[in-house]
Amino acid sequence: MHMADAMLSPAVGATMYVASGLVAAYSINKIRKEEDFKKKIPTMGIMGAFVFATQMVNFTIPGTGSSGHLCGGLLLSSILGPFGGFLSMIGVLLIQCLFFADGGLLALGANIWNMAFYGCFIGSLIWKFIMKNGMSKTKIILASMLGSVLTLQLGAFSVTLETLASGVTQLPFGAFVLAMQPIHLAIGLVEGLITSAVLCFIYEARPEILWNGNNKIEKEARFSYKKTIAILSCLVVIIAGGFSLLASSNPDGLEWSIEKLTGNTEIESKENNVYQTAQSIQDTTTILPDYSFENSDNSLGTSVSGIVGCIITVVFLLIVGYIIKLKRKKGSYLENE
Amino acid sequence: MNKIENAIKEVHNIDKLSNQERYLNKMHPLMKLLITIIYILFLTSIDKYNINTTLAMGIYLIVISIIGDLSIKNCFKRLKIVFLLLVILGLANIVLDRLVITYIGFIPITTGLISMITLILKGSFAIIASYFLIITTSIEKICSALKMIHIPNILITIFMLIYRYIIVFLKEVERIWTAYSMRSPKQKGVNFRVWGSMIGSLMLRSIDRAQIVYESMEIRGFNPNTFFVQKEKINKLSLIYFLYCILLIIVLRFVPIFDIIGNIFV
Repeated sequence: MHMADAMLSPAVGATMYVASGLVAAYSINKIRKEEDFKKKIPTMGIMGAFVFATQMVNFTIPGTGSSGHLCGGLLLSSILGPFGGFLSMIGVLLIQCLFFADGGLLALGANIWNMAFYGCFIGSLIWKFIMKNGMSKTKIILASMLGSVLTLQLGAFSVTLETLASGVTQLPFGAFVLAMQPIHLAIGLVEGLITSAVLCFIYEARPEILWNGNNKIEKEARFSYKKTIAILSCLVVIIAGGFSLLASSNPDGLEWSIEKLTGNTEIESKENNVYQTAQSIQDTTTILPDYSFENSDNSLGTSVSGIVGCIITVVFLLIVGYIIKLKRKKGSYLENE
Repeated sequence: MNKIENAIKEVHNIDKLSNQERYLNKMHPLMKLLITIIYILFLTSIDKYNINTTLAMGIYLIVISIIGDLSIKNCFKRLKIVFLLLVILGLANIVLDRLVITYIGFIPITTGLISMITLILKGSFAIIASYFLIITTSIEKICSALKMIHIPNILITIFMLIYRYIIVFLKEVERIWTAYSMRSPKQKGVNFRVWGSMIGSLMLRSIDRAQIVYESMEIRGFNPNTFFVQKEKINKLSLIYFLYCILLIIVLRFVPIFDIIGNIFV
C-alpha cells in the first residue's frame, strides 16, 4: 500500500505531511510523559527493526498458492501502545522509503497516515476496546482480525482519496474504490490471521508484555443483559423516529437519475401486467405508503413510519430467529433420539 | 529466501557507497536533502499531459550522475516495484482518456497514453533522485540534516536504531528461515502451524535484546532529550552546489528547453 511520489500532487503531499506531523508531535508529547519513556526508546527502535525484518517472511496461506505478511502497525501498538507504535512505524517507513524505494519522500506523509496512523491508533482503539474486560486468545484473534481488516480498509480508502485529489488518474471514484477495497479486505484477513498467531504465542509465553496485558479488569459486565436491551431499544426508537424527521424530501441518487431521464421519480409502466399486479398487491398491503400516512405530507407521518418500520423489522427478525432456534432444537432432539 | 538476502545486500551496498570519498559525498547533507525535496516537489507539480517538461527534468539526474560519478544501473532494480504500480494506474488513463492528439504512423497517440508515460517518468525520476541522495549521504549525515530542520531527537534516535538493527534482524530471520526450509523441503512459505511460534520466539528475543541495548545505552550516559548528533557547518562549496542545483531545477521546470531546441531545427 506504499504510495509513490508520482501518485501525489505537492498540495496533497504537503497536507498529509502536516496531518502526520501533528500526530507525531502529539505522540512525542504523550510518550515523554510516560514513566518508562527512556526505556521505551530502544524498544521502539528494535521493535521497528523486528517488524521490518519479519515483514520479509512469506507465510503460506493454507489452501491457496499465495502468501501474506504481518500487520506491522497493529503488532507494534499491541506491544508499545499507540504512541510508541506510531513513532516506531515512522522510522520503519522512512527506512523503507530511503533504502528500498517503498514509497517516496513526498509521499512519506501520506504513507505514515495510511499505514502508521490507522494501524496504530485505530488498531489500538479496537485492541483496547476488545481487551477492556481482560485478555484471552479468542479476544486476541478477534482484535487482530478486526484491527487488520479495518485499518487496511481505511488505509486503502485514503490511498484512493489522496490519488484522486491529486488528479493523476482518470479512474472514477467508484471504480477506484472497487479496485482497492476488496483486495485489501483479503489482505487484511490474512494479515490479521498471521498477526493473531504471533500475538497468541506472546500471550501464552509472556502475557505481561502485551499492551494493557497487565491491567486485567475483572470480568464484570458494566450493564446487565436486560439493561443493554432496554438502552438499545430506546436508541432505536430515537434514531428511527427522530432522525427520520431529517430525511431529505429530495429524491435519492437512483430516483434523481430516473427523474432526469423521465421527468418523474418513478417509472411508469403501461403494458406490463406483472408490474401492475405486483403494484396492486403492494398498494393494498402497505401500512405506510412511501413512509408516510396516506394522503398526508406532515413530518409526524414520517416519524411514526420510521418507528413502525423499525418495530416491524425487529419483530420479523425475532420471529425468523425463533423459528430457526426451534428447528435447531428439533434437529438436535432427533439426533439424540 | 532471496528477498532477505537482497535486502541485506542492498543495505550493505548503500552503506558502502555512502561512505565513499566522492565529490557529492562531501557536500553538506542538508543541502542534498533540500535539493532532493525541491526537485521532487517541482517534478510532481508538472501537469499530467506535459511530457516535455517531465522529460526535461530528467536532465537534472543526468547532470548529477555525471558530477557525482554515480551509476543509475543499480537503481533499475528499485524501479521495478514502483513501475508495476504506476503502469496499473496509468493503464486506466489509457482506457478512460482516449482523445487522439496525433498519429505516429497508424498508431494513435491519446491524451491517456501521454498521461501514463508522464506518470511513469515522474515516479521513476523521483526514485532515482532519492537513490542519489541515499548513496551519497550516510545515515549519520541524514540524521544530522534532520536534526538541523528540527526533527525531534526521539524520532532520529528511533530511525538510527532501526537502521542499526535491521541487518541484525534480517540475518536472524534468514537463519531461522534457512533452518526451517532445511527441515521442510519444497515448501514455499512458512506453514500456518508455526506462524506464531516462529516469529513469536524471535519477537520475545527482540524484546529481551531491547532491554540489554537500553541498559548499555544507559551506562554510556544516554539521554533522549540531549541525544547528540554531529552537526556539520555549511561550507561555501556546498552552498554553491545548492544554488547551482536549484537554478538548474527552476530552469528545467519553467523554461521549455525541448521546445526551444526543436524550434531551432524545425
